[in-house]
Amino acid sequence: MIQAKDGRTLKFHIFRYNPQLEGDEPKMVTYEVKEAPGMTVFIALNEIREQQDRSLQYDFVCRAGICGSCGMIINGKPDLACRTLTSKFKNGEITLLPLPGFDLIGDLSVNTGTFNRAMSERVGTWIHDEQAAEKSLDELEERMDPDLADEIYELDRCIECGCCIAACATKRMRDDFLGAMGFMKVARFHMDSRDKRSDAAWYEIIGNDEGVFGCMTLLGCEDNCPKDLPHQTKIAFLRRKMVGVKV
Amino acid sequence: MKNLLEDIGSRSRWPARLDVTQSVTGLALALFMWVHLVLVSSILLGKDAMYYVTGFFELKFLTGWTHGYPIIVSIIGIIVFAIFIIHAGIALRKFPISWRQHRIYRDQMSMMKHSDTNLWYWQAVTGFVMFFLGSVHVYVMISHPDQIGPYASADRFVSENFWPLYLVLLFSVELHGTIGMYRLAVKWGPFDGKDPRKNRKRLKRLKTTLTFAFLIIGIITFATYVKIGIDHRGSAGERYAPPGHSSAMLEGGEVE
Repeated sequence: MIQAKDGRTLKFHIFRYNPQLEGDEPKMVTYEVKEAPGMTVFIALNEIREQQDRSLQYDFVCRAGICGSCGMIINGKPDLACRTLTSKFKNGEITLLPLPGFDLIGDLSVNTGTFNRAMSERVGTWIHDEQAAEKSLDELEERMDPDLADEIYELDRCIECGCCIAACATKRMRDDFLGAMGFMKVARFHMDSRDKRSDAAWYEIIGNDEGVFGCMTLLGCEDNCPKDLPHQTKIAFLRRKMVGVKV
Repeated sequence: MKNLLEDIGSRSRWPARLDVTQSVTGLALALFMWVHLVLVSSILLGKDAMYYVTGFFELKFLTGWTHGYPIIVSIIGIIVFAIFIIHAGIALRKFPISWRQHRIYRDQMSMMKHSDTNLWYWQAVTGFVMFFLGSVHVYVMISHPDQIGPYASADRFVSENFWPLYLVLLFSVELHGTIGMYRLAVKWGPFDGKDPRKNRKRLKRLKTTLTFAFLIIGIITFATYVKIGIDHRGSAGERYAPPGHSSAMLEGGEVE
């Protein structure tokens, strides 16, 4: 059972900057919050906004680690605020920064939408099947092996929170690098029997230094994915597949 | 919308070839350096052991332990140098190419304190060091292939002042090689097995163990050559002759 240390006062050092406000400068502001049992960083942020500073910006939707909105840098690590218990920080000091690698909206809020949209279009994150248009809507969909469906579902757990992108020094150095989120989508559709793209077709998407051959295997994605997705093995799999593509 | 099913075959295969070549040359160099360390450390078994190991690679057993064929060393050196240059040239693609990129990488290191991210940086630094120091060493070996032996090598350490170069090179090679081998394993996944995360931890432990083991062997070997070099400083240039070998037999090789 998770228990907060009784009576502990947490110190939140939070990055504050609103690019919309003329003359505003980036700064760190400290807030004190009384810790409650089972408190998450997200709950603490709510408390700060409700009781101390209504201008504090951060994103959230589901509060349950599913929507991927509340990704931020928590004491140096990208993670979801709603899934991070304050009790895990023994000294009670918590520094919060916005996810790097994305456009800043304000304070801890970043625009992952533009990035995700571009990534989806680049990878083509939908089933590609030239015959699809000719199929009747009344026709039953082809059967899929339940084990394959499970494997696809496992990779489909990506919530596009952006933690893997922020954790990747390669992506941060090189804007045009696809990043782990994109590779996870490729692995997911590559596996899907309904998607008719061949390895040669996938090579057109990720067969360059901005794609899988640009990955330096730093494994920040693998070690910081809030959903524990198998980034390491999937990127290695894609690399092996792409190397095997003949001219 | 771009039709991803039609536009096949337009993208170059060179990125794939370069990635494989970087890995294969890295693997070859790392294995070579591990064997190299074992051979060089034969001095720990005594001067005679090192003398015979050197003689073996110069094919001295074919000439009755006289002159041998030191050109073999030059040929091996040229092959290694070629692989080294190819590896370095391809690996350069990954280096930060501007101050901005370097700054971002350093910021990421200090923010995340993530071990594999940090290891890559030290691999890049040691690789950069080896561009220069490794080239000097390999060129000397290619151009003076007969100058390897218990006294000849020790004299190079001390009397020819190569010891600072060798000391930096030792740390650079051992760090770069073991980190590189670990990264190769996780990059291509040959040891993923049924539990890739557990196996990655094992690989990392193995990497750390090997780094320390090679560094310890290397440092003791380094110290041994330095000691022999200091003792031999008064007669630098004189070649080692094992007991029982006449100078006539050793002509052209490690002779007095």
